Amino acid sequence: MKNIQTTTRVVPDENGRFGAFGGKFIPETLMNAVTELEMAFEEARRDPAFVQELNGLLSEYAGRPTPLTYAERLTKAVGGAQIYLKREDLNHTGAHKLNNALGQALLAKRMGKKSIIAETGAGQHGVASATVAAKLGLSCTVFMGEEDIRRQSLNVFRMKLLGAEVIPAVSGSRTLKDATNEAIRHWVSHVDETFYVIGSVVGPHPYPYMVREFQKIIGEETRSQVLQMLRRLPDEVVACVGGGSNAIGMFYPFIQDESVALRGVEAAGKGIDTEKHAATLTLGRPGVIHGSLTYLLQDECGQVQEAHSISAGLDYPGVGPEHAYLKDSGRVTYTSVTDAEALDAVQVLCQTEGIIPALESAHAIAEAIKRAKEMSSDKILVICLSGRGDKDVLTIQEALTAEGGE
Amino acid sequence: MTTALNRIDQLFADRDRKRFIPFLTVGDPSIEATFHLVKAMVEAGADLIELGIPYSDPLADGPTIQRASERALKNGVTIGDALQLVKRLRESGMEASVVLFSYFNPVLQYGIERFFADLAAYGADGVVIPDLPIEENGRAVTAAKQNGIHVISLVAPTSSSRINTIGAQATGFLYCVSSLGVTGARVDLREDLADFLERVKASTSVPTAVGFGISTPEQVRAVAPHTDGVIVGSAIVQQIEEHAEQLKDPKQMPEAVEKIKTFVHQLASALQ
Repeated sequence: MKNIQTTTRVVPDENGRFGAFGGKFIPETLMNAVTELEMAFEEARRDPAFVQELNGLLSEYAGRPTPLTYAERLTKAVGGAQIYLKREDLNHTGAHKLNNALGQALLAKRMGKKSIIAETGAGQHGVASATVAAKLGLSCTVFMGEEDIRRQSLNVFRMKLLGAEVIPAVSGSRTLKDATNEAIRHWVSHVDETFYVIGSVVGPHPYPYMVREFQKIIGEETRSQVLQMLRRLPDEVVACVGGGSNAIGMFYPFIQDESVALRGVEAAGKGIDTEKHAATLTLGRPGVIHGSLTYLLQDECGQVQEAHSISAGLDYPGVGPEHAYLKDSGRVTYTSVTDAEALDAVQVLCQTEGIIPALESAHAIAEAIKRAKEMSSDKILVICLSGRGDKDVLTIQEALTAEGGE
Repeated sequence: MTTALNRIDQLFADRDRKRFIPFLTVGDPSIEATFHLVKAMVEAGADLIELGIPYSDPLADGPTIQRASERALKNGVTIGDALQLVKRLRESGMEASVVLFSYFNPVLQYGIERFFADLAAYGADGVVIPDLPIEENGRAVTAAKQNGIHVISLVAPTSSSRINTIGAQATGFLYCVSSLGVTGARVDLREDLADFLERVKASTSVPTAVGFGISTPEQVRAVAPHTDGVIVGSAIVQQIEEHAEQLKDPKQMPEAVEKIKTFVHQLASALQ
């Protein structure tokens, strides 16, 4: 396995900018903390002992490398490109989130912090944070929107079982955006002793960069697995985008491979012609949220709009600044998939491959099915299966019952 | 280029007198109430008024000011409304300095250059943008200078080595965050607050004002020796919240305004 020291850093620049995006738009109270974090991360990623400890945890605790699975029956059912699944759902705790939580918690420990805080939407990052806190002996507080607590009760229970405290965010839309606000406020008040484990490639510099570095293992493994299995690179790679950490992790090692088409899939919710969507890159415009300049769903006065998706993990009005950069540079194509299409994709994957995908990942599957149909059978398409769907089973059941398609 | 001396500079020209700076959110509970409250606060001894522009995601604010923002947003209050309010206050003869408080995104969407030109045109003197640290404020500072407006910098107890850099670049006055955390009334102030304020004072040639967490005349008195100005926000906003219903009713408004004026007067008097 390649360690995190080896990759050239192209973006961000020293100011944390991905082209026009990124930066550090945060209260002065936090500036010192992010500067310290920046230095600590740079030092850690160059320290063989840190890299070794992280890689040890990734292989012996998280279960990496995750497999690359040929989806034979799905490929047949779709007709077209050969579809492969990068199985991040097989990580311990059930999603790619653990890669990053392990990296950040290990860094927190190295910096002498005793407690970590985290925000979570669908709960996967909250569970991953609670898990690594337990593993590394740190205390953990998770902020979660009240609405998401309702949607993801099983994950809330898991976090509590793992010893974390879950604090409901009751402002605004009571979802991920508001949980992030609450986490930042808590961090401002307890910045001396607390490490904020951000769950996606969002937030002020160095978070989008650091989280990418912890997640790029997904794409590095995929790249070498495809090369080993098929002696060539894939033609297209598809991943879902909420904040965008699984997608950046998957895309980044392929950025220089111009023959590989990269496709990010946002949540179109009830449709991008309605107000109920989370299609930030498709319909947003540049603005500042949670410390970084990026595409943002907002009204004409700059008030942040509420996002909607059946998937609590994609229900976010912002997006990682590197995605904003990749969109504007044209290297990655961003599209969107509706709640209904994602639900269909869940059923297709369940019934062809025996895998229940997370609703987030189902967005990537839905898009990949559309794409594969248009490609010939000698083409290779890889989907980042970012997480497993156990947490979403109740939501899926509710939705399918409501539409009478049980 | 505006040649007249900025009102903030005039205000602090006499460094022997301490200045009182109340904060309130524009449009909470209505623009009309804000107009009368500001006028009353000036009569009660306020030297500089900090007017908050409501925002959906106020990261640096505690629950009290966040609720004020939510009330104002329900009224559809925008930067344009805040500017119109300043204009009306000026037309009514108000001389006190006015600083707008806004998160960066509304300013960015309004247009940075247009924002500063309008601040000058409508009679404001400065702006506090809590999520725009010195690393990111270049374009705003340039536009502000062209229009004779001050971008007020913040320093926090955690700023440590940044204090000198921020102090050297500061214009207007330097906003000292008295405590870690978001805005909101606190029972106790930090023990090392005086040391922090003295360090800030030594770092800069501009006046200093201290805010975040100061809510009582006793606290105002305690910090006064170490600063040129004291900012009180949440404690006043809380009073406005408690009187929101009366403030919305034209008949009951004068009485409610009077009560808040008395509270502001107690705070302002504690400085002298």
